[in-house]
Amino acid sequence: MRVELASSSFKNKQAKRDKGETWRRLKSAKYLYLMLIPACVWVIAFAYAPMFGLYMAFVNYQPGGEFWSQFFTSKFVGLDWFVYFYNSGDFLRLMRNTLLSSAMTILISFPAPIIIALALNEVKNKFFKKTVQSVAYLPYFVSWVIAANIFITLLSSDGMVNGMLKSLGLIDESILFFQEKNYFWSIVASANTWKSMGYNSIIYLAAIAGINPEQYEASTVDGANKWKQMLHITLPSLKPTAIILLILAVANVMNTGFDQYYLMQNESIMATADVIDTYTYRYGLSQGMFSYAAAVGLFKSVVSIILLTTINKVFKRALF
Amino acid sequence: MRQAPHWDDFIFKGIVYLILLAVFCVTFLPFLNILAISLNDATDSVRGGISFWPRQFSLQSYETVLGDSQIWSALRVTIARTVVGVPLSLFTITMLAYVLSRKDIIGGKTLTFIFLFTMYFSGGLIPYYMVLKSLGLLDTFWVFIIPNLVNVFYMIIVRTFINELPHELEESAKIDGANDLQIFLKVYLPLCLPVLATVGMFLAIDQWNAWFDSYAFTSSMELKTLQAKLVQILNQADTSQMTSGANASIRQAISPQSIRMAITIIATLPILLVYPLVQRFFAEGMTLGSVKM
Repeated sequence: MRVELASSSFKNKQAKRDKGETWRRLKSAKYLYLMLIPACVWVIAFAYAPMFGLYMAFVNYQPGGEFWSQFFTSKFVGLDWFVYFYNSGDFLRLMRNTLLSSAMTILISFPAPIIIALALNEVKNKFFKKTVQSVAYLPYFVSWVIAANIFITLLSSDGMVNGMLKSLGLIDESILFFQEKNYFWSIVASANTWKSMGYNSIIYLAAIAGINPEQYEASTVDGANKWKQMLHITLPSLKPTAIILLILAVANVMNTGFDQYYLMQNESIMATADVIDTYTYRYGLSQGMFSYAAAVGLFKSVVSIILLTTINKVFKRALF
Repeated sequence: MRQAPHWDDFIFKGIVYLILLAVFCVTFLPFLNILAISLNDATDSVRGGISFWPRQFSLQSYETVLGDSQIWSALRVTIARTVVGVPLSLFTITMLAYVLSRKDIIGGKTLTFIFLFTMYFSGGLIPYYMVLKSLGLLDTFWVFIIPNLVNVFYMIIVRTFINELPHELEESAKIDGANDLQIFLKVYLPLCLPVLATVGMFLAIDQWNAWFDSYAFTSSMELKTLQAKLVQILNQADTSQMTSGANASIRQAISPQSIRMAITIIATLPILLVYPLVQRFFAEGMTLGSVKM
């Protein structure tokens, strides 16, 4: 109301009044701004200061001494660290590991929750349904430390998986899953899927719950069996959700996650088990090559945000 | 015209149950396996081949683990970070969510963007570590609390919830002479209890499961959490565990598998205990979160 009145008066008067108005609103909201202080201090300290700290990727930072003073007096080297990374033999290996193990994860972990949701939807027995759901969601809530412990134990030379394969007569000698580099991507993909498939099925179940039951009734009259109903009613209704989740997964190929790789890798399989995140950790925190590690980390962040925004833009235009 | 039940529907049902049974086995049996190993005699476990039932039942591993003062210290730190961290984070997150839900605040859009942007771009590990170092947080208990005060994703969940509350509440409280802080504390905070329960559970699980901060940002033994301790043991066990034919006595001396499994079970147990409580919030958290994705 006040703003409308102001627009009808003289320009300079209006500006003055608007200024007064803004000031009055700011003042009346002083408690709101006070309440923002903790979160703002947090976001500056733990989100934006590190972004600012990325400057260290462009200098030759030497550890020791007070960080910020050291930071500004370090020699500027431009893109040298990036060039160094590109020319090192590690670049291609890390990109291959990151992209291919992500792709493998998507290949298994994308369809798994859809299949689970479709199957759960067909079950009428409440107790059975609830039990399966409870158990399937559980891995999502245990830490990667525990998940890695479980996988390493299951896949160890005298573990359950080797035991089963032996008793089925498929192998005579134990497979050393964590010694053979070709298995690692599949192990990570399975572990990722194991951890997330149950929980991710919730979102598909929510989509199924939104389907109009009349569609099923009508198709029954037309003589469709359960299989046909699933194929022609349930599955198509999941398409929008599935597409969004697939886009998100593809946009996040660079963000493999750190925990599962770090916790399950070992010296003998680094050729395939090393990804950008674990590499950054090793060079930065373990070996003290801070500037180099920061540059590698920045490379990853930039590539992933470019991927995210382009894929988002392209698909928004194409789909919605 | 009624049709006889399709016999292919029976096959379909069978396949459905088979798939779900497989899902059940794949998620449940690994837990059963580590439970069996942890309850088996440590020396006997080295022979391997334990599946779902202990071969030589023994509580020895649990006695060893619970007799270790380092494990108790780790358990205390883990509990402390959860008990201290969750209420503080919850309060900061809700306060932020409330302010950002207000339509009348100047700069609200910009502020929201400032917070949302951090979900998509970050400085990465090394500059983050440098910041922790220059703030003097390394190797202190507060490194578990302060950097976790805000979680933008959970903030969005709370904000979505607040947005759905009637805004007349705010106006009537204002007429009664309450200021914004009072409105938040006395009107909105109590109304937010359902969403706070959900987010609080998630925060508690996050704090309980966190390992990297304790592992990489602290060096004192007194600050190692249960999960970080487990990583250390896993690292020690690594080479011996994964190579076959290694000398069994050396393996046992480093870290018997049963003991590692006993710690794993102890670290999982609290999650299992709160699990029934949390479960009814899952769907809520998932669907609330997806609104703004």
